[in-house]
Amino acid sequence: MREILKDLERWRRQGQRVAIARVVDLEGSGPRLPGASMAVTEDGQVAGSVSGGCVEGAVVVEALDVLATGDRRMMTFGYSDDEAFAVGLTCGGTIHLFIEPLDW
Amino acid sequence: MSETPIFDRLAALLRDEVPVALATVLDGPRAGAKLMVHRPAVDEVQVEGTLGNNDLDRVVARDALGELAAGRSGLRHYGDHGEAREESLRVFIEAFAAPPRMLLFGAVDFTLALVRVAKVLGYRVTVCDAREVFATTQRFPLADEVVVDWPDRLLAEVGPDLRRRDAICVLTHDVKFDVPAIVAALRTSVGYIGVMGSRRTHEDRIGRLADVGVTGAEMARLRSPIGLDIGARTPEETAISVMSEIIALRTGRSARALSDTDGPIHD
Repeated sequence: MREILKDLERWRRQGQRVAIARVVDLEGSGPRLPGASMAVTEDGQVAGSVSGGCVEGAVVVEALDVLATGDRRMMTFGYSDDEAFAVGLTCGGTIHLFIEPLDW
Repeated sequence: MSETPIFDRLAALLRDEVPVALATVLDGPRAGAKLMVHRPAVDEVQVEGTLGNNDLDRVVARDALGELAAGRSGLRHYGDHGEAREESLRVFIEAFAAPPRMLLFGAVDFTLALVRVAKVLGYRVTVCDAREVFATTQRFPLADEVVVDWPDRLLAEVGPDLRRRDAICVLTHDVKFDVPAIVAALRTSVGYIGVMGSRRTHEDRIGRLADVGVTGAEMARLRSPIGLDIGARTPEETAISVMSEIIALRTGRSARALSDTDGPIHD
């Protein structure tokens, strides 16, 4: 969260509603370690990243839903045969994200 | 309990580079509950927020301080009341350790480039040179600290606080600065001591260090000539070569081209 702190503080000062996604767990090989974070405002501005660019698009969609519903949630991105055509990490690892509104 | 939102308190601590850990409940009705812990003094612990249960708060605060000391963020499992053997609750503990430190001895052009690259990588950078004409904040605007002093005197002060993740680079090229600086650097626990100079300078320096009682085992800690062999010529290229060596030394990786190796890219 340290890398996106300035953006978070600015958006907060402006009264923007913001969702934060954080990598909380990692299995196998993954590009970003637990603690990597990404923030999305209600009007779609983005700061930070949680992977090497593989899943950020899907995270934005989910983050906007978190802002719309107020429901915090876990989200997992990985790669298996079943999910070959779903959003995954090209490096073969699995990341677990926690997405929540910045309402604290 | 302070009335300031916990994020604002966290942001203030992070701005001041105070080590702090933030715990977040991920499951169940209390998902999102937060507990923040830091040490305002060596023998003092300050806990803010709550995960909704006193016993859970106590156990998580203790574990969060442990993760903070190790500089590690990760997921932990607990029972609803903090029971260690149960797994009903997942708690993410994010440790914001103080940034690693980089001490650069010698205020030269190579120093300027290294400051820039080290800042990109999140280091807290100190430039130290005994010559006040060169060691100025005007010349090193990106450095966190510019100290006009002899390196060994600075290290006598801050050396005991340095750890494995910290780095020292001796860039002076001048034996009257180099030798005492290297001797003082070897007394610290830093994970990297890089010393600039040609192979000839290095040979000469080895002799001078031996003269003042530095052992072969101690000399083996020195990365000299400094940096990886990527053919760096300019100060900026050299800075990249040095930072690459620091990363490779920390991770224990080969520093060979990934296209020439196989196996996982990330550990």
